[in-house]
Amino acid sequence: MAAYQLQINGKKINAEAASDMPLLWVIRDIVGLKGTKYGCGIAQCGACTVHIDGSPVRSCQIPISTLSKKAKITTIEGIGEIELHAIQEAWIEEQVPQCGYCQSGQIMSAVALLKDNPQPTDEEIVASMNGNLCRCGTYSRIHQGIKKAAIALKEGTSSPSNDK
Amino acid sequence: MKHSATSRRFFIKTSALAGVGLVIGLPKLQGEALKSITKNLPPEFINLEINPFIIIRTDGSITLINPRPDMGQGSMQAAPSLLAEELEVSLEKVTIIQSDGQSKYGSQQSGGSSTVRGLWYPLRKAGAAAKEMLIQVAASRWATSTDLCFAKDATIYLKNSDKSFSYGELAEDAAKLPVPKNPKLKNPADFTLLGKYNKRLDIPSKVTGKAVFGIDIEVPGMVYACIQHSPTIHASIISVDDTQSLLVKGVQKVIRCKRTMPHRQSDAVAVVASTWWAAQKGRSLLNVKWDDGQLALTQTTDAYFQKAYEAAKKEGVRHEEKGDFLAKFNSASAKLEAVYETPFLAHAPIEPECAVVHYKEDGTAEIWAHVQGPDGGLADAARFLGIDQDKIKFHVPLLGGSFGRKAYHDYLSEACFLAKELKKPVKVLWTREDDITQGPYRPGMLSRVQGMVANGKLTGFHHHAIGESIVGQVFNGLKPDEADPWLSGELSTENNQYQFPVSKVSWTHVKTDIPIVWWRSVYASNFGWGQECFIDELAHLAGKDPLEARLAILKDERFRKVLETLAEKANWKEKLPTGKGKGLAIFASFGSISACCITVSTSGKGIIIEKAVSVIDCGHYVNPDNVVAQTQGNIVMGISAAIKDGITFSNGKCDQTNYHEYQVLRMNETPKMEVHIIQSGAEPGGVGEPGLPPVAPALGNAIFAATGIRLRKLPIDISSIS
Repeated sequence: MAAYQLQINGKKINAEAASDMPLLWVIRDIVGLKGTKYGCGIAQCGACTVHIDGSPVRSCQIPISTLSKKAKITTIEGIGEIELHAIQEAWIEEQVPQCGYCQSGQIMSAVALLKDNPQPTDEEIVASMNGNLCRCGTYSRIHQGIKKAAIALKEGTSSPSNDK
Repeated sequence: MKHSATSRRFFIKTSALAGVGLVIGLPKLQGEALKSITKNLPPEFINLEINPFIIIRTDGSITLINPRPDMGQGSMQAAPSLLAEELEVSLEKVTIIQSDGQSKYGSQQSGGSSTVRGLWYPLRKAGAAAKEMLIQVAASRWATSTDLCFAKDATIYLKNSDKSFSYGELAEDAAKLPVPKNPKLKNPADFTLLGKYNKRLDIPSKVTGKAVFGIDIEVPGMVYACIQHSPTIHASIISVDDTQSLLVKGVQKVIRCKRTMPHRQSDAVAVVASTWWAAQKGRSLLNVKWDDGQLALTQTTDAYFQKAYEAAKKEGVRHEEKGDFLAKFNSASAKLEAVYETPFLAHAPIEPECAVVHYKEDGTAEIWAHVQGPDGGLADAARFLGIDQDKIKFHVPLLGGSFGRKAYHDYLSEACFLAKELKKPVKVLWTREDDITQGPYRPGMLSRVQGMVANGKLTGFHHHAIGESIVGQVFNGLKPDEADPWLSGELSTENNQYQFPVSKVSWTHVKTDIPIVWWRSVYASNFGWGQECFIDELAHLAGKDPLEARLAILKDERFRKVLETLAEKANWKEKLPTGKGKGLAIFASFGSISACCITVSTSGKGIIIEKAVSVIDCGHYVNPDNVVAQTQGNIVMGISAAIKDGITFSNGKCDQTNYHEYQVLRMNETPKMEVHIIQSGAEPGGVGEPGLPPVAPALGNAIFAATGIRLRKLPIDISSIS
């Protein structure tokens, strides 16, 4: 066990954890943020996606000891804290979630995509989202939601990523 | 106010409770059930509970109880909408809570696509009865006729006046009235909520990470358990060496435990720790020796299918027959027979199996488990813990997918077992590997099909279903000479409505130790493949277009409308270039009729699934957008089941371990989709499952249309076909 200082959603958080504990379990069971989900533990499903310095990563694959002290971690709880992100708005508009379990990861991937590429093509959307599984089969709505959010951001009718 | 507590209890017995039996259609409550209601109700609710599904408080706040857990199918909106439509309240202004398994809520099982069709009348009647009681109180206060009062937005108004009472103002007196036995239901033409597009109220919490799933439950003092199951599922333990596991920081205990399946029990070893990560690490360091018995030889999918193909050469047990099929088949000049195969499949919901159980020193328990049926979960938990149901407080959080899996309570049995040993709250969480390798699975099945044609028409069809029986294995309820009774729901001529002069459904039970259970659309997911591809084969034998051949033997107007609509929406008659093809299929299940048309094209690198168009007639429905969403989900899951590798067992063990080996469909493989709903106005049918069965056969038929290759075995490796 060791003490780690983390920056999650703009807050400094101290966590005691085994050095090999993946960030996913630190976030969920030590820090207590339950929005980030476990699905496979081997980076196949994307349910555990969070941002490190704005880039999407599979938190199940990052032992806590390998994380830089400066790393800025954003979880689903850090997206749209004050005002919903355009992606979240679009997800509600398109009624994307069914069970909703994979959607934190889907949203984290989608937010990161639009941050890097505000007007993605269909192919770019698929390429960025293909690592996120949805067993309920909401893919077409996810795709549509991203296109809708991209338009909203372009027209300035929705709030951009507010990663801290 | 305190002294009136006794008389309040009296009211719930005499008025509100009387309504439970009569209005909601539940068994009349007495004895234990009655006691449990008065005991567990918060005192402030007691005389205001108009019936078990609606609670109106004097401050005007309204709580509706959803009796069917939400696993993504939308029951958290659907069931309360049925109440709200008749009660005349807006869902945005009420609190919706999940039922807790108590018998006063009746059947609470999300399954069999039964939520809306099962609750369409009971919940509407409950809402209408409450509304009539509120109107009665208002009318009597105004000394007027109830005809001059009307309900709107949680308020009773007096016509042609500015007088009104909020529901809260009327609730206390309304609870004293007898519950109307036959409240008047609204004419569907007057619905403002049912059948209309409405956004789901659970969705905002699912885009912010705030929705609480089974896996998210955390209670003070909780420990975590990760369980080593037997790789061959049913092996018994020879020895456990836990030396290395106990050295892991955070690991507290290693306990031998039991996994209780409905039909048998298996040995397992639990590692209990202060974090789940430590528990799973401890598990990885266990050294368990297992006695596999003969499982390595007997528990393989090859052995199972070999037995099934042997059975396909023989006649089965007759389930139903019209005319003398065999005689006609033998004498027919134009006939076909074939065997179709579907694999075992895992449900693989992205949220794995999980339960939190706290068994307390005083012999009571509190449980949080994402079961599909709170009532069944509660009953099983009571059995697992060896205590009465009324000693258990049962909570059902959201299910992160299920597709049938979480109605199988083996994970709950483990948490109960450990909770009793530990006397503190314990969370059992399965790994993905547990989920994939331990089952239960959708059974692999064979369809041996025979049929004939004459004068351009299909004249006979025999479907011989072969495989392990859910009734037989899970419920141990099938006699050797009996056909699985669940076949009648899906394979009978009454269900498929094909008007064959002669037809037959038969069955052979092939047993396996591989645990099986219902999977989205149950046997329809297996037998739709054999039925609808073979109908296609017969159509070609008869020299007819597959659409026309089906219409020629369908009289039922709803079936015809579904097919005709599909043909129009999918542009069935369109002339396609070489290498492109369309296939269609129709299948009725769970009270709804669904058809699908898939367009494929060949490329140098295999088959491309370009588009899927589905049509569903589910009668009355709650939310058209949710019907579309469920049908889209069924197209995705149906294609996944058709083209992704199934579950196989070699040497007694599951060959797949996680999503890299048991792959499910991804975004790049999802075709363009269109869903059309038939406005039949018929009695409500299911929505969560009926869209799936026609998908695989539509794909198989499309591949035949594009390539001339007739595929009879799932899964299809589309990359290898050109």
